[in-house]
Amino acid sequence: MTRYIVYRITLMFFVLFGVSIFVFLLVRLVPGDPAELLADQWATKKDIELLRRQWGLDKPLITQYLVFMNHLLHGDLGNSVASNTPVAKEIAAKFPNTLKLAITGTLIAIIIGAFAGIISAAKPYSIFDNISMVLALLGVSTPAFWLGLMLILLFAVKLDWFPATGAGTIKHLILPSITLGLLTAGVIARQTRSSMLEALQQDYVKTARAKGLRETIVIYKHALKNALIPVVTIVGLQFGHLLGGAVLVESVFGWPGMGRFLVDSIFTRDYPVIQGAILVFATAFSLVNLGVDLLYGSIDPRIRYE
Amino acid sequence: MIWKSNKEVKRKSERVLLRSRIFRNLLRNRTAKAGFAIVSLTITIALFAPLIASHDYMKANLREIAQPPSLRHPLGTDELGRDILSRIIHGSRLSLTLGVVSVGIGLLGGVPLGAIGAYWGGWVDLVIMRFIDILLAFPAILLAIAIVSILGPGLYNAMIAVGIAQLPIYARLIRGLILSIREKEFVEAARALGASDLRIITRHIIPNSLAPIIVQSTLNVATAILSAAALGFLGLGAQPPTPEWGTMLSRGRLYLRVAPHITTFPGLAIVLTVLGFNLLGDGLRDALDPRMVRIRR
Repeated sequence: MTRYIVYRITLMFFVLFGVSIFVFLLVRLVPGDPAELLADQWATKKDIELLRRQWGLDKPLITQYLVFMNHLLHGDLGNSVASNTPVAKEIAAKFPNTLKLAITGTLIAIIIGAFAGIISAAKPYSIFDNISMVLALLGVSTPAFWLGLMLILLFAVKLDWFPATGAGTIKHLILPSITLGLLTAGVIARQTRSSMLEALQQDYVKTARAKGLRETIVIYKHALKNALIPVVTIVGLQFGHLLGGAVLVESVFGWPGMGRFLVDSIFTRDYPVIQGAILVFATAFSLVNLGVDLLYGSIDPRIRYE
Repeated sequence: MIWKSNKEVKRKSERVLLRSRIFRNLLRNRTAKAGFAIVSLTITIALFAPLIASHDYMKANLREIAQPPSLRHPLGTDELGRDILSRIIHGSRLSLTLGVVSVGIGLLGGVPLGAIGAYWGGWVDLVIMRFIDILLAFPAILLAIAIVSILGPGLYNAMIAVGIAQLPIYARLIRGLILSIREKEFVEAARALGASDLRIITRHIIPNSLAPIIVQSTLNVATAILSAAALGFLGLGAQPPTPEWGTMLSRGRLYLRVAPHITTFPGLAIVLTVLGFNLLGDGLRDALDPRMVRIRR
């Protein structure tokens, strides 16, 4: 196990190293002078030259990368072209908002998805099963931004229960998290159902039933425990994807998170922000994946890593 | 030789039998049937778009701005007075192209990478798989956005971005398939009988990995259409006045309060098309997997 953890963490650092190269090359692959791309809109020729020297942009590519990494490891992601404030500071302000959205979205998805999946598996091919599986597939097929707009239409425009856009109160959080949650619930419901069905066919379930245990105990105590392992993996991976999906939902609801920050910065060609945001997203996603992999080993004692 | 040998005829009839069994499974499967119906409908609409559409999809009519659905305009008109139904009909061409081309790019990039890794193994495999790991460090939509930020917004760049974002899926899938098929007993038997590498690849590895790849590709057309629409919605994909569904939606949201139909209908078109491919993919998986037949019945 220890060896696996060490291997897995080494792998993550390697991947993050690759991500840093990708982000570093991003600005250099865009046609144009990187120094001008990184300079703010009021920059004079002198400012641009200063930036060029500060980031070593007149040096060979390898040196440029070393300078970039040196800044990065000191938490310096450069200054935003649009607002001239440090990118790291802006990200620190916006990332918690995205995290909040992804966490509440995941919770909603787990509650709806696991519930639908368990009941569907307990009575396969019943009406409930058929309806919830059709809804699950619809959830997988619906664009996040459209669902968000439809929820705004119904709950903000028609019923006036929640505000359409903005942030600050619990009420602002509800519609965007429901949007994210509903879309992910489908994936979780499908996974829960199929692994529950598999668990219910195992011998230990037959034994439990033969002992005369009540069906609820058989389902919740014996089958569910074993069926949960793949579900945990899916939930973890979905949490990572929700971080990405937040890009769309934040744009719809005007939520001041990382996703909207990133998309806005593409329009203003604010490359320091694009670099920083992508780097933070990839790091968060890799950390979540690492967590899922390690958790997987600790909740299933049958798994032994070589 | 005019007469085929008995053995050859028998083998051919076996193959026809297998094909008809897959087809029968597909027809028996309600999921697959529904998916097949929706996908064929979308393809038909896309093929005959100019004949079906009742209005010029590009022609603005300032006297009929944001009209609700009526007999003249079954789905209403948009913010420039263009017929929404006609635009959705023409948009089906774009969405299908976006989906299929992106998947094609993903396959073209991913399959050789995975196959080379599995075939050569060793450090080649190591380098390729670590490269794939790096691509997988990004949620797919984010990788697509990052690529668009390099290439610039646009319809074609969106296809490339979505395709590259799908590449890791195929590389991993094909590598896993080859590694597992290679260890199977029938391959070992073929090798023991003196079959060449080429024969093993064409007779055993390709036929056995085809089914999972077809299933995955069908499901990925669904994902690709969603991602491309998302890029269009964010303003990073197809640009107005292109009748791309995501792009139409992003224009319509400005009029959500006064003319919600501009946003509603293109979204429904996306849901229906994507649902069709998802149903077809699910159905294909069940029909192509011989072990599933008994359970499904």
